[in-house]
Amino acid sequence: MIGIRSMAGRHKKFLTPLRIVLGSILLLGVVSVGLWLLLHDKNIAVLNPQGVIAAQQKDLIIFTVLLSIVVVVPVFTILGVVAWKYREGNTKASYRPDEEGNTWLELTWWGIPIIIIGILGVVTWVSTHQLDPYKPIASDVKPLKVQVVALQWKWLFVYPDLGLATVNELRMPVGTPVSFDLTADAPMSAFWIPSLGSQVYAMNGMSSKLSLRADNPGTFHGSNTNINGEGYSDMTFNAIAMPRQDFEAWSAAIVRETDSEGNHMDWERYETLAEPSRKNKVGYYHLHDERLYNKIMEKYMSGHASSGTSDTSHAGGSH
Amino acid sequence: MFGRLWFDAIPHDPIALSAVIGGAVGGLAVLAYLTYFKKWGWLWREWLTSLDPKKIGIMYIIVAVIMLLRAGVEAGLMRLQQAVFAASDMSPIHADHFQQLFSAHGTIMIFFVAMGLVFGLINLLVPLMIGARDVAFPLLNSISFWLFAAGFALINVSMALGEFSTAGWLAYPPLSTLEYSPGVGVDYWIWSLQISGIGTLLSGVNFLVTIFMMRRKGMTLMKMPIFVWTVLASMLLVIFAFPILTATLGMLSLDRTIGTHFFTSDLGGNPMMYVNLIWAWGHPEVYILILPAFGIFSEVVATFSRKRLFGYTSMVYAIMAIAVLSFTVWLHHFFTMGAGANVNAFFGIMTMIISIPTGVKVFNWLFTMFRGRISFKTPMLWFMGFVVTFTIGGVTGVLMAVPGIDYQVHNSLFLVAHFHNMIIGGVLFGLFAGLAYWWPKFTGFYLHEGLGKAAFWCWLFGFLLAFMPLYILGFMGAVRRLDSYDPSMGWQGLFIVAGVGVLVIALGLFFQFLQIAYSIWKRKELAAGPDPWNGRTLEWATSTPIPEYNFATLDAVKEKDAFWDMKQSFRKSSTDYQAITLPKNRADGIYIAVASGIIGFAIVWHIWWAAAVALVALIALIIIATMKEDTEYTVSAKEVAAIEAELQGVKT
Repeated sequence: MIGIRSMAGRHKKFLTPLRIVLGSILLLGVVSVGLWLLLHDKNIAVLNPQGVIAAQQKDLIIFTVLLSIVVVVPVFTILGVVAWKYREGNTKASYRPDEEGNTWLELTWWGIPIIIIGILGVVTWVSTHQLDPYKPIASDVKPLKVQVVALQWKWLFVYPDLGLATVNELRMPVGTPVSFDLTADAPMSAFWIPSLGSQVYAMNGMSSKLSLRADNPGTFHGSNTNINGEGYSDMTFNAIAMPRQDFEAWSAAIVRETDSEGNHMDWERYETLAEPSRKNKVGYYHLHDERLYNKIMEKYMSGHASSGTSDTSHAGGSH
Repeated sequence: MFGRLWFDAIPHDPIALSAVIGGAVGGLAVLAYLTYFKKWGWLWREWLTSLDPKKIGIMYIIVAVIMLLRAGVEAGLMRLQQAVFAASDMSPIHADHFQQLFSAHGTIMIFFVAMGLVFGLINLLVPLMIGARDVAFPLLNSISFWLFAAGFALINVSMALGEFSTAGWLAYPPLSTLEYSPGVGVDYWIWSLQISGIGTLLSGVNFLVTIFMMRRKGMTLMKMPIFVWTVLASMLLVIFAFPILTATLGMLSLDRTIGTHFFTSDLGGNPMMYVNLIWAWGHPEVYILILPAFGIFSEVVATFSRKRLFGYTSMVYAIMAIAVLSFTVWLHHFFTMGAGANVNAFFGIMTMIISIPTGVKVFNWLFTMFRGRISFKTPMLWFMGFVVTFTIGGVTGVLMAVPGIDYQVHNSLFLVAHFHNMIIGGVLFGLFAGLAYWWPKFTGFYLHEGLGKAAFWCWLFGFLLAFMPLYILGFMGAVRRLDSYDPSMGWQGLFIVAGVGVLVIALGLFFQFLQIAYSIWKRKELAAGPDPWNGRTLEWATSTPIPEYNFATLDAVKEKDAFWDMKQSFRKSSTDYQAITLPKNRADGIYIAVASGIIGFAIVWHIWWAAAVALVALIALIIIATMKEDTEYTVSAKEVAAIEAELQGVKT
């Protein structure tokens, strides 16, 4: 006990309000310099949106953080001030050991959070509808349709209207809404391009939807966010937003080249591709089976997944 | 004969193999020590077969600490991989091994560390705080602990025989179905959780009944210590949530062993149903852990501010509101699964509503300190650190409760940072505060303050270093569970900072072990009386060491903070001793757990005959356990008087 007391005594001399403030400023400075060194040339994708959805989400993040500060600042201030003022050594401070509570104070801290959450609740309701991944983006430009298939362990992108399919690379024109349909022929996966916004799960035998739009040209990082087996970390891809003419020229060239090279994406080619594999290179294909996406889903709708692949022609498009 | 179990089940991976050898050497050393010093009889009589909740509580804590070391090493290996090797091909840790590491880390930290420490403290404290001599069902309590231990054994055996799951700590299908995970890993996961989970459910019933039926005369519900209120709420959640876990694991197990299709992606199975069910258990589980931590902080703040807890009644309402609301928010774990905007918005708003009673609790604690006389002992430091980390975690939690934001950060490292913020900065800091606070009551000596403070500062700064970078990494697009990434992403610097944070946390853990060892060594100088902190609740009213019957006499309680009230009005415990009946030691819990463990192990390896034999044995053992008579013994009034006289002597 003696040792403990003497330590407390030393602490009292060591810690003064001035030293605490100076120490905090010093710490803040070190942290700021460290962060600058680590981050000044890096892309913080969520805070540097390149598309309309990600931009709205960034605003929503900032709004929510600012609203939270209304609670956080009082908590930290009260914690610091009260801890300092009512420390054991300060015998001048008042001491009310039997204080049980205070109705008005308690009503205040039930009330203020209720108001804040009330505001945030309204914002949540509105923004959830606004940012619903299934909602098409309002635009005069006709959306580009892309079908996304999560495989073990690569991404297949099918452009049904362009007659084109790619692996591990997604190209899109700037300023055009892209309407994604997503499914998986793999354990549950998730499709995310942080620079453009919103992620959505891709699941066997089901089709989920997502609408995004790139507003600036660029190459953005995309990945899977949901563990789906050994090659999960390999499921990254580049999402490349390019000016409209460039995109059209690119897609026309790819269709031409892949067709002449015989790089056809049909069911047979698909089944080879769908075999588990890691670190797949980017691939371009001429789409030879317009019902490819539906067939992939139908594998899981009729009987066993392993045996139902070759005879799906009868399954029809009932979904 | 041995199902799928054969010699090739022994791991070849050098890291796994060295872990197995290390564990085996440690285990053999303990066995050799026990044998050499002839301690087996002592261990069996005094500890293993004891029905005394104080001893069961300590055994829970020992298991939890062993598991904390294992899961901590796993965390270290993961951060090593991500900080050093993720951008190169030189890694000693393969993808498959990495995925076992994070699956085991999460499973162990939640089920065996956090739950073990929570149930350890509940066992130690609930009977004492309500002024009781025992729990409602002492044998059931021992069975609960031993089922927990059986789960512990099974999850550790998976290191030496076979493999662990690679499907993450919640094993979402279809990844966890036979199609994608044909090995034994997911089965180990299922059965270690199934067995320990049943133990937890039985404990939930036991402690709820204990709190309702065994409170000291005069202790109405609204006079209970807040810790007991939080345990009451937590046990209610256990009773409602754990059956969901049992059923869900059962269905997944049937899918994997007899070929049903509850959660497969073909033949009408529905993996999304699993995700709903597992979180219908999983979200209340978070509150099962955090509510007792809130309770600990409530006791710590009042004691070390030397003041009554501010706003007791609103505290109780806040606790019960949190408990009820915790069942209405599970869908926020998968906003990105494609539910409609109305559904997502509803669950988002419900989630935010939980932050209201939680915020109320924080303000009540702060105003308990207001006009108090605050002594900054280690438990109080843990509380101060908790307010800081928990508030940060609260803000990020509210962020993710907004579905529009969650679409951008879900499954990224932002999420990982958030829940570690709640579970380390909330649950674990609370449990550490509780261990430091109640340590002298159960041992008779203080833990060394200086080393405790060193441990606290290491944990606090280590935690901030290890997890704040993860928030930024999440915003940079880094997702969870990555064993490799492209170096051009520019993530490595922050991963290195996070790795340094893990080392600082490890230093904190080292200080804690040093603190315990040093304090045991210096226990004479650090000796503490029965009421070392000037406590307020009944556990401080009895002597230290605590007699097996807890309280010699059961004087009626008059006020909240019953012991404070006794001290204020100079009332002493009466000395009108009477005979006390206590439960005898029982080994039934051990036998039942061994049979359960064999069932689990046999099903994992498809050794059907052994599973059948063990199941028959289990049923027989349960029947035999219920039919035993002569399960109690009596301490006569004279013996009580003698024990008390001796304890009073010890006190000085």
